[in-house]
Amino acid sequence: MAEYSALSLLKNALSGNRDWKPAWRKASPKPSYDVVVIGGGGHGLSTAYYLAKEHGITNVAVLEKGYLGSGNVGRNTTAVRSNYLLPQNTRFYEHSMKMWENLSHDLNYNVMFSQRGVLNLAHTPGQLDDLARKGNAMRHLGVDAELMTPAQIGRRVPGLDMSRSARFPIYGGLMQERAGTARHDAVAWGYARGADRRGVDIIENCEVTGFLRDGDRIVGVTSNRGEIRARKVAVAVAGSTGRVMQLAGVDKMPIESQVLQAFVSESLKPFLDTVLTFGMGHFYVGQSDKGGLVYGGDLDGYNSYAQRGNLPIVEEVMSEMVALFPSLAPVRVLRSWGGVCDMSMDGSPIITTGPLPGMYLNCGWCYGGFKATPASGFCFAHTIARDAPHELSAPFTLDRFSRGAVIDDKGQGPTPRLH
Amino acid sequence: MSPRRTPSGGRIDRLRTIRFTFDGTAYAGHQGDTLASALLSNGVSLFGRSFKYHRPRGVLTAGIDEPNALVTVLRGDVREPNIPATMVEIYEGLVAVSQNRFPSLAYDVSAINQLGGKFISAGFYYKTFMGPVIGPLKGTRFWMLCEKIIRRAAGLGRAGNVPDPSRYERMNAFCDVLVVGSGPAGLSAAREAATSGARVILAELDPTFGGSANWSGETIDGEPAIAWASDIVGELRDHDNVRLLKRTTVWGYYDGNTLAAIERVGDHKATPAKGAPRHRHWTIRAKNVVLASGAFERPLVFAGNDRPGVMMASAAMRYANQYGVLPGDKIVVFANNDSAYSAAATLNKAGATIVAIADLRQDVSEDCRTLARECGAELLTGHAVIATEGAKKLAGVKLAAFSIAAGVLPGNARKIEADCLIVSGGWSPTIHLASQAGARPVWDDDLQAFLPPESGNGWYGAGGFNGTFSTADAILEGFAAGRKAAGQPEVEIGTAPDIEPAALDPRPAPVFEIKANGKAFVDYQHDVTADDVRLAHLEGFVSVEHLKRYTTLGMATDQGKGSNVPGLAIMAEAVGKPIPEVGTTRFRPPYAPVSVGSLAAERFGDLKPDRLTPMHDWHLENGATMYSAGLWHRPMIYGEPGETVEQAYVREAQTTRQAAGIVDVSTLGKIAVQGPDAAEFLDRVYTNLFSTLPVGKARYGLMLREDGLVFDDGTTWRLGDNDFLMTTTTANAGKVMQHLEYFLDVVWPELRVHLTSVTDQWAGAAIGGPRAREILAACVTGTKVDNEALPFMGIVHGEIAGAPVLICRLSFSGEMAFEVYSGSGHGTHVWEALIEAGEPFGMVPYGLEALSTMRIEKGHVTGAEIDGRTSARDLHLGWMLSKKKPFIGSAMMDREGLVASGRLELVGLISLDNRPLNGGAHIVAEIDTDNPHGSLGHITAACFSPALGKYIALALVSGGKARHGKRAHVSDPLRNRFGPVEIVSHHFFDPEGKRMHG
Amino acid sequence: MLITCPYCGPRDVSEFAYQGDGNRKRPDPASTDPETWNAYVYDRLNPAGAHNEIWQHAGGCRAHLAVVRDTLTHEVSSVRFAREHGAPTHGRRKSGAKA
Repeated sequence: MAEYSALSLLKNALSGNRDWKPAWRKASPKPSYDVVVIGGGGHGLSTAYYLAKEHGITNVAVLEKGYLGSGNVGRNTTAVRSNYLLPQNTRFYEHSMKMWENLSHDLNYNVMFSQRGVLNLAHTPGQLDDLARKGNAMRHLGVDAELMTPAQIGRRVPGLDMSRSARFPIYGGLMQERAGTARHDAVAWGYARGADRRGVDIIENCEVTGFLRDGDRIVGVTSNRGEIRARKVAVAVAGSTGRVMQLAGVDKMPIESQVLQAFVSESLKPFLDTVLTFGMGHFYVGQSDKGGLVYGGDLDGYNSYAQRGNLPIVEEVMSEMVALFPSLAPVRVLRSWGGVCDMSMDGSPIITTGPLPGMYLNCGWCYGGFKATPASGFCFAHTIARDAPHELSAPFTLDRFSRGAVIDDKGQGPTPRLH
Repeated sequence: MSPRRTPSGGRIDRLRTIRFTFDGTAYAGHQGDTLASALLSNGVSLFGRSFKYHRPRGVLTAGIDEPNALVTVLRGDVREPNIPATMVEIYEGLVAVSQNRFPSLAYDVSAINQLGGKFISAGFYYKTFMGPVIGPLKGTRFWMLCEKIIRRAAGLGRAGNVPDPSRYERMNAFCDVLVVGSGPAGLSAAREAATSGARVILAELDPTFGGSANWSGETIDGEPAIAWASDIVGELRDHDNVRLLKRTTVWGYYDGNTLAAIERVGDHKATPAKGAPRHRHWTIRAKNVVLASGAFERPLVFAGNDRPGVMMASAAMRYANQYGVLPGDKIVVFANNDSAYSAAATLNKAGATIVAIADLRQDVSEDCRTLARECGAELLTGHAVIATEGAKKLAGVKLAAFSIAAGVLPGNARKIEADCLIVSGGWSPTIHLASQAGARPVWDDDLQAFLPPESGNGWYGAGGFNGTFSTADAILEGFAAGRKAAGQPEVEIGTAPDIEPAALDPRPAPVFEIKANGKAFVDYQHDVTADDVRLAHLEGFVSVEHLKRYTTLGMATDQGKGSNVPGLAIMAEAVGKPIPEVGTTRFRPPYAPVSVGSLAAERFGDLKPDRLTPMHDWHLENGATMYSAGLWHRPMIYGEPGETVEQAYVREAQTTRQAAGIVDVSTLGKIAVQGPDAAEFLDRVYTNLFSTLPVGKARYGLMLREDGLVFDDGTTWRLGDNDFLMTTTTANAGKVMQHLEYFLDVVWPELRVHLTSVTDQWAGAAIGGPRAREILAACVTGTKVDNEALPFMGIVHGEIAGAPVLICRLSFSGEMAFEVYSGSGHGTHVWEALIEAGEPFGMVPYGLEALSTMRIEKGHVTGAEIDGRTSARDLHLGWMLSKKKPFIGSAMMDREGLVASGRLELVGLISLDNRPLNGGAHIVAEIDTDNPHGSLGHITAACFSPALGKYIALALVSGGKARHGKRAHVSDPLRNRFGPVEIVSHHFFDPEGKRMHG
Repeated sequence: MLITCPYCGPRDVSEFAYQGDGNRKRPDPASTDPETWNAYVYDRLNPAGAHNEIWQHAGGCRAHLAVVRDTLTHEVSSVRFAREHGAPTHGRRKSGAKA
């Protein structure tokens, strides 16, 4: 019997649920490892999982300064999609999507991946052409995408204001049906459990305070739980990249840390059966299985590590929500929170060897890191194990900026808050 | 008389009867009732169903912390779900319905979920529903099937699809002292601050000021607390430096002492007052804040603690004293502290029988014993409730001996009949706002509660918020906090007011849970039991955040106001650590749920400003179909009856090329660049030279970003040696202005240049076509417009119909064309004069579609091609990159990636199957409809070209020029359009520019 | 969050546009050294704590301000005109950090 199944639930229910094991061991650090992964978020945990699973490297520690998944894996709005314009992005995220489709089985942990679609709305004929360009780009890489007419959209999303007199009337939309949502915390816990069962040490409340060096080479870390040596040190701390890299003496990165707020409404009966994005501002919304509308908008737009935002963005996001759904004005927002995003200079991530010998870096996820979790860990593990990039992540190197090979899906240039 | 209404007392207006319905049944209550108090007074005990097990639930509290009694309020078809019945003030005709039940509240089929209790314990979702690995339900499909059913069962109220017709409003307020909460501490603080002359705002979430004074039954210096409170409120009303806000919840504490509050202006009325909004969103900037937000009584965790009829002791007291309602006739009290004894005394005085008081403590003070005796209750010290009985209504409780050290003691349990059980498990100060402001709470062993630090950066605390539960001390603390917040020097605090009855000891026994058989709820709404918390521990979900996320404890609409501390305590016991070592959650806004509409405020129904050109009304009056271009509204076509869009733009473009056309170009960004260094500045920001431009001439300019990619283009006109008028694209006007300002202010402060945005100051009309010059000549005075006076790219000043105009001869359409600028106020006047002058020549107004058609024919680029990823060379604008000077972007534009082969370059396309081409279609070498692949690029803009008589397009295609003359195919699987095209130069029409040079 | 504009007084953050890392110095325009330019265009100091940054009072006087602000608390400790003072400065930066 699989450790987690309907049968095991029943068996345990009969014995009063007293025999469940911890989802992962509370490991203490050993003096040294083959690989130390800094960051017990989605990407760090999936990296450890794939190091063990794909490369047989199990003498691995994941160091998390707080509780597991305390960063953005537990703070995002859970959308999973591969609807990108540029082929480098589309290929990478589509690979991730394919991994999502089987992730619950792979992990023996239900991450509740729900392919309920992601629909981008267009509010002018020009925007519809832009969406068509993106959708066709996806179709030419074998990725699903469809244009929807206003009538189709109105049927799919009953509460939407479809009137022609709306301030920004809806001209159509681009739907990716295979996209959807997943249960964010479950992804962290599922990877943690999977990695743990393969021998990885997951060490919470272990804050890295510095790097051990042998000449130029990074050979381990110092932490509040002592020195930990490692043949390879992998950094996967999006949101804290600036802080951790500064410990290694790297002061400057093509990254700004900015805060993004997210919101959840009170629980409602099923209202919205897809994930929706607004085209004339920055707003996206889905509904969790518990019934809360999960939504967000633009970055606060300044550097912050505070995991808290301010009121102007709150008001902006709510305004956009009721512009799309005028019936939701009486509905109440229940919680808000902030996550710190690694905003990179072209809106695309960085997965690379270096920048120091013995170090590997995974960062710059902007606010799109959640959906990348499987592919990011998969490619980063490859990079660490082979000391060479995986072909899917090869475009996401650090030197793409100096080479002029940026991957700028939004075409905004080196102004991070605009990506 | 309603069955449970006391014969007298309470703050309701018994002379005013209000009728309302709940689940279709008509009830009556009184002015001053909440929906909860009114239903209780009618003997209703069943209010709602829980989230997961659909267990029947009553009303637990009397306030904003209510987890159980949630209802949907209907106003016509507009639904307001998930409102606690304790927060709904009844009004004549109120319609409320229960939630999360099918077919009815009394008989809910999903209650069957209870049978699966142990099977569907915390986290069960993660362990199952994964389905088969192969077959039609492989991958995540089995889960999605299950999810549909689960989603329908989950969720609370239903949101409607009918637009909310309400109005929401925003207010900004500034004050010296914001006092949050108007109980004795808050009133005392507000009075003290107001007396010192400070500008004070007092916010109270209830409909009446006074907080606990409304229901405590105390006297303050011999006067009933209610009277004491209304005296102070009266005093405050007389101060013109005080603003009193009732029904106002302060919910957010943001940076810089910016607080957000919601005022429920109209919720208690059948129809809002004339002009009044439903909700008002307050942004309050306070120099200092006094937090006097009180405390919440928390439940005890024991088997059956969710049975309808179980209620918080303080809530029962409030129902009796404030609303004149008895929650039961035969009441049992269950407590670990003294405060429940006051409740017992109050309820007894109001007419209820107090059957027994079960106190978890062995030692009970003499004061309490006296109170128990006086209300005729049997006092059972060292006893606990181990079960409750009844179905949808409490019938009795089971009691057993209990010791704090050993828990429930073996021996015979005792049954007592009762229809109400009131519970007190101690008090948790309402520290949410302080926590939002960054305060770290400290665990207090005496009070078994998290207390705020003494004060924070910008706030002071008083009363229950501080864990100060005696009214006398709360008043003194309020006094001190009010003075400090108002910046007054500290003074000797006078004697404490005399409070009757004397305060009881607020310290509870450190007991949170009574372990016995049966479901014992920690989080009522989400059905999180004590066993769920222990299961989370067993599986390693130990940190507070993991506990919350794994069990959903504290994530319900009450946000864990009552459940946080008990949940933490049970986890602490499981871990074997003291509570503070397990941690606390940091509270985030909002303190209590806030309507989305209130936050949108005036933007609800009016999201963004409308930017209209001066000629907007003319366009509408003359048949234009408008669409949005950013915030602007612009004419798409001026269609004639029966015309399709294509027929209309073809006619407009054709007429322009044959005779003349006029288009409104007022939306172009316009920036006055002035000063002795203006020319030098332009040389630095444009890729080409402007210092060589003679006065009275214009030049097309290209701007790059610092990274070497194209940013924007436009013409800049030299009006004087030091005076330029720059135009930008409509879309980038704001960005270009900011870009220029940044460089002037930060990078080149030495340049003597002044920038002024003049977009809205000039109205612009472009007229083009073979007859354009004649039309101008017919209406322009004060200047000649012939080739000599107005050569290509020349500028003249003149007048049209008496209004001064600036005319530049430049062309986007490729025709002989002129841009005529006038002051915005003259815009329509000049436009109409031009229209009139054009009439004899057959001139037509044209919209964006015709504009776009003519620019495609000419191969001019716009935002579709300047998409932030293209270089000047990609767009064949390499000739504009001056080699004589550095400019923004010059250092970065030659990086290897930007000059690599295979980049997308601008080309023209001609449809070879005479069918329309679509923007966003891709270009491939060979069509593969089943498996599209091999994209070479995409179409940026397409049209039917009247000049060529063909469907044409501009495209960005890999290889670009090298493919001229070659065949390729459009591949547009989204719109199922595939077909052959010829790749040609983007200069489709009049490539030598003979027409515009004339 | 409030920023006290030297012209306009304390104003809400919504009136300001963030222009990023204020430590960046634009290379000599005549320089064609790719590394210098690359660092200027793409690399940013991104400290957790006091940060030198440029804000524009876009909804007010439109001046660019050299602001020192803490990225952990959002507290603003200094605001000056960028025009008069160039890049903002504060003394907290560790040695070895390049401007």
